[in-house]
Amino acid sequence: MNGHTPLLEVRDLKTYFFTRRGTVKAVDGVSFSLFPGETLAVVGESGSGKSMTALSLVRLVPEPAGRIVGGEIRLEGQDILKLKSHEMRRVRGGRIAMILQDPMTSLNPAFSIGDQVGEAVREHQGVGGGELRRRVVEALSRLKIPSAESRTADYPHQMSGGMRQRVSGAIALSCQPRLLIADEPTTSLDVTIQAQYLDLLREIQERLGISVIFITHDFGIVAATAHKVAVMYAGKIVEMGTTEEIFDNPAHPYTEALLRCVPRSDRLESRLLDIPGQPPDLANLPAGCSFAPRCPRAMSRCREVYPPEVEVSPGHVTKCWLAVTEE
Amino acid sequence: MAIVEVERPVLVEHGPRRVWSAVRQLPAIPTLVLSVVVVFALFAGQVAPHPPTEGELRMRTKPAAWVEGGSTAHLLGTDDQGRDILSRIIHGTRVSMAVSLMAILIAGTIGTVIGLVAGYRGGVIDALLMRLADVALSMPLILIAVVVAAVAGPSFRNVILVIGLLLWPRFARQVRGETLSIKENDYVALARVAGRSGSYIVWRHIFPNIVPSLLVISTLQMAYVILLEGSLSFLGVGVPPPRPAWGLMIAEGRHLVWTAPWVAAFPGIAMAVTLLAMNMFGDWLRDKLDPKLRQV
Amino acid sequence: MQRYILGRIAQLFVSLLVVVTFVFLLSRLSGDPVQLMLDVTATEAEKQALRVQLGLDQPFAVQYAVYLRGMATGDFGRSVLSRRPVLEHIGERLPNTLMLGAVAIALSVVIGVPIGVYSAVKRGTALDHVARVFAVLGQAVPTFWLGIMLILVFGVWLGWLPPGGKSGPESYILPAITLGYFTAAAIMRLTRSSMLEVLGAEYVKFARIKGLRERVVIWKHALKNATIPVLTFSVMLFVIFLGGAVVTETVFAWPGLGRLILEGINTRDYPIVQGGVMVFSAIYLLANLMVDVLYSYFNPKIRYARPGA
Repeated sequence: MNGHTPLLEVRDLKTYFFTRRGTVKAVDGVSFSLFPGETLAVVGESGSGKSMTALSLVRLVPEPAGRIVGGEIRLEGQDILKLKSHEMRRVRGGRIAMILQDPMTSLNPAFSIGDQVGEAVREHQGVGGGELRRRVVEALSRLKIPSAESRTADYPHQMSGGMRQRVSGAIALSCQPRLLIADEPTTSLDVTIQAQYLDLLREIQERLGISVIFITHDFGIVAATAHKVAVMYAGKIVEMGTTEEIFDNPAHPYTEALLRCVPRSDRLESRLLDIPGQPPDLANLPAGCSFAPRCPRAMSRCREVYPPEVEVSPGHVTKCWLAVTEE
Repeated sequence: MAIVEVERPVLVEHGPRRVWSAVRQLPAIPTLVLSVVVVFALFAGQVAPHPPTEGELRMRTKPAAWVEGGSTAHLLGTDDQGRDILSRIIHGTRVSMAVSLMAILIAGTIGTVIGLVAGYRGGVIDALLMRLADVALSMPLILIAVVVAAVAGPSFRNVILVIGLLLWPRFARQVRGETLSIKENDYVALARVAGRSGSYIVWRHIFPNIVPSLLVISTLQMAYVILLEGSLSFLGVGVPPPRPAWGLMIAEGRHLVWTAPWVAAFPGIAMAVTLLAMNMFGDWLRDKLDPKLRQV
Repeated sequence: MQRYILGRIAQLFVSLLVVVTFVFLLSRLSGDPVQLMLDVTATEAEKQALRVQLGLDQPFAVQYAVYLRGMATGDFGRSVLSRRPVLEHIGERLPNTLMLGAVAIALSVVIGVPIGVYSAVKRGTALDHVARVFAVLGQAVPTFWLGIMLILVFGVWLGWLPPGGKSGPESYILPAITLGYFTAAAIMRLTRSSMLEVLGAEYVKFARIKGLRERVVIWKHALKNATIPVLTFSVMLFVIFLGGAVVTETVFAWPGLGRLILEGINTRDYPIVQGGVMVFSAIYLLANLMVDVLYSYFNPKIRYARPGA
């Protein structure tokens, strides 16, 4: 971990959806920093707001219902929320890259993978012809895709799931972004392929000095890849700290519950989350702490006022009344 | 996002209130238009201001009332024989409605029977009947209708027969498809175990379930039939004069397009409006009945 | 796949046979054609002579056999009116019908697809609503009436375009619009719904994530997948056009096959009617066959290339 200025600073990001049923606060005041070369894992159940945070970072919130209503996103000091759309478009794919969960649907079945990788390269690096071809092959080889040269003519359906995810990765990394956002990239892969893919990503990350935001619900992956962890619940980050801190000293009951789902060994496998109760309806959040209805240690204060952010130890914060009491 | 929705308890209404709430759900404009059309068709004689087939030669080729030279006695003008356009259009609804209703009745009956039999029996009978349907479906409808009507002589009865006999496969296909899926239901199997005859099962269990989609197809096909009848009349092989079929009026108006364009324009507008209303109504019906169909 | 095509071809012949037999029966059953061909003053001997010449004195079955053989070998006999071979007449008229159909298809696609795309992309805006009204009207406005109204506006009032007949390229415009309006509306609706489905796909989202221009996202990625169903439908267009050919050709006095048949009916020129219907049906059935084959060809690919999960 190097660098004294953060690569990415997110402050009080708010993304709301305005629907007939009410205002859904998908991302409600999220703040974090990320330094060059660092990997941040964002963990939570589905509906916690992790994917929407990622989409907000590239300003691809589904319109017209959804809108980024507040906050700052500073990439290398520049607030990208203030950019014009064509400027943002250059950032997208160029300085911030993203890979999605399902490799089968990320790639367009009608075009060859060479074409789809080439698009990104052409758009952000402005090259063509032979140079373009060379860089496409280079991008594919970087993700260790065998016989990359001949593979450029292949179509997505001719490749396995693992290969396709590598192609997505190749596209994402082809323009040497500063930040890579990976939204559950291994969820639909076989366990054995998962491990290879994660190793590959880590290797590339170290070599190129990229920062990574890794969205997952799997604490096993967190342990293997991340320097920092942010735990999200109902649109807010309820706990954040280094990986060791979070694993050894979880401060929020939700984090504890999540950790309990992970078998305590060094294997990468872990069960998917299994906590009693259901995630809240983001259009109708309860007063007070949103986790209170499911929290085994909820107090009366938890149901009345939302807990403030408290520093449990240097670099380790949480939003819980229990942490306040224990001070 | 796991959202738990609480279902509102459904209050079952009885009697007149239920009818009223059903009526309230109807799409406003199409229903209004279609009601007007139906009223015209039923009470044409009373509603139309002038007789449709007798013209006052004094008043011939007069434009619509709002144009210079027109008169309020003939709101939409007259044709070259002095016949009132509005009255002819009103009487024309009779022709269109009658032809389409009867043709759909024929096509629907034949198609439903064949569809039920093919779907329920399956096997060779199904294959044979569907081949027959395919052959009928692949014929160029207008051409055949033209040839038949021309050769057998244009008449009201012939038009209905031709259209009805060429349209049944559309019904048959749909009915067969639905029969196939309804057949798989448990209550059918139970009935069979109980020793019920095939025709009983079809009549009692299968038929009532296909009625909704039958209604939808019928509405949409009625629109198509009116269009078809219009085309045939236009070509001179549909309902023969002096009955004021819309297509016929447009054909007559065609020759007057230089001097009296309204003769062709108004019947066409009437036709388009009617067809539009029918299509919209049919679409609404399909949307309304579709989710219920899935529950079957 | 092979078996399917063979089966459909067999079916085509069956259908053709049915049509052809049907026409034969009709024409023979509708009265003595000789009566109408000759003068009222003709003697019985003259009538009989004509009957022999036309082969009408033979028993039914023989006539049928002769007729079938003629159909199969392309010998459709001679027109009663003009004494020229029917095939010649058909040869003159058929290209006109096909040309008009081709122009109409091109027009429908060129108008329907872009409007459908814009309608989907700018969903809910004024443009979308206007386009959808246009599409809905396409189903309700009778073709022949539209043709007459177009003639009225552009031929009579404005005088820009010829009101009928086939002359230079301008003469194609009104008939093609008339013929193509209904299908343009259908294509527009199909494109729109197809695009709406595709626009929600993951790969479209991914294309945006890559930072591609919106123009590229829509016209390259989305459109390519959205047009698969539209393309197959376009072939079906041809079938629809043939169906509407008779009417449109009548309205615009277009010298095509449809009108030839109509003329033949009016003049009781049986060989023309039989030959014309045969050729017309053959083309119609062939087009239908191609549609079915195309659909089944595209299906496994569609199943695979389906957007979204």
